[in-house]
Amino acid sequence: MNQYMERIYNGVVKENPCIILMLGMCPTLAVTTSAINGLGMGLSTLAVLIFSNLIISLMRKIIPDQVRLPAYIVIVATLVTIVDLVLQAYVPSLYSALGIYIPLIVVNCIILGRAEAYANKVTPVLAMFDGIGMGLGFTIALTVIGVVREFLGSGAAFGITLLPESIPPIAIFGKAPGAFLVMAILVAILNALSIRTAANKKVEGCDGCCSSCSSSCSDNGKEGTK
Amino acid sequence: MSTSLIMIAITAALVNNVVLSQFLGICSFLGVSKQIKNSASLGGAVIFVITISSAVANLLYQYLLLPLHLEYLETIVFILVIAALVQMVEMFLKKTSPAIYQALGIYLPLITTNCAVLGVALTNVQNDYNFIQSVTAGFGTAVGYTIAIVLLAGIRERINEADLPAPFRGAPVVLLSAALMAIAFMGFSGLSF
Repeated sequence: MNQYMERIYNGVVKENPCIILMLGMCPTLAVTTSAINGLGMGLSTLAVLIFSNLIISLMRKIIPDQVRLPAYIVIVATLVTIVDLVLQAYVPSLYSALGIYIPLIVVNCIILGRAEAYANKVTPVLAMFDGIGMGLGFTIALTVIGVVREFLGSGAAFGITLLPESIPPIAIFGKAPGAFLVMAILVAILNALSIRTAANKKVEGCDGCCSSCSSSCSDNGKEGTK
Repeated sequence: MSTSLIMIAITAALVNNVVLSQFLGICSFLGVSKQIKNSASLGGAVIFVITISSAVANLLYQYLLLPLHLEYLETIVFILVIAALVQMVEMFLKKTSPAIYQALGIYLPLITTNCAVLGVALTNVQNDYNFIQSVTAGFGTAVGYTIAIVLLAGIRERINEADLPAPFRGAPVVLLSAALMAIAFMGFSGLSF
């Protein structure tokens, strides 16, 4: 059981995908205008991540190495489509708030990154726990950023007003520039505490992700056009 | 919203700037904006790819997915088509115009993972754009991306010389510059009709 718990600790704390590895920046910045949006996005990604890790791990001996990336993309895109339809049917308010960012989970670096770096090498249960850990880490980070932005931007958290009327909120934090501001301050705090993150180049991060993704994608395209 | 093409292009490029208000393509926006020259080349490649891919995605959606009632497959179809398309563009350029390939080549594979490409294709479908409108919106979006990344690169070249407090060196100051740019770009929202 210990190694499974280690996976969850790893995802939430040690290698938190959002804060330490700086992956999946697009949804992090885009949907954290309120705590509930951040939570919804985090949980959608969590669901996709658990099942993509599970399926890819189950199929790791069947999928030929040369076509693994197109195969992964099809698996992830299928799962995202399922999540998209489920949200549309049962949580229409969240569906309309997240909008285009739901289908864009497909291109979230975290998912293909975990598939390529971890899930295709280990047993299904371990891969699933890795998905849970990474997904939870992402969900927690998004929710916290969402709470901060909602509190500063509209004086509320999860839609409940906390600040009295006499204190005007700083509206800019709810708008687009606020996302960059909060993220900048968060990274600066991590730097000041000398926590090793992708931003101070002590951990392989977004740059690494992009280059690895790009090399993988060129493989992928070559397979497609052969 | 006005449907005139110029309005679509201006809205896509400035009012709803893809990076600074939609947060698409942040990865390359922060990663490849160290020098103006490189950012401009990436911007050129992005304009090329997004314009072509929004045309192809629109044709596929109108003539394949809609008649077959497979609209829900759009995500899967678009991402696979974009990945294959980028590869074909790369091979085509390599054969036909080595000069352009030299300038844009290394950036082309990077673009597949740029969520702006998929984002534009999906937004076009959401807005019910026809073929011409899709291509215009795609082109405008990509021009907006290029403007943003070249401006950021210019700011970063200056910031490199500045004496910053230690915790703000590196990523935080880049994010802060992006925040100030986003505030400036919010001014364009007065242009929306």
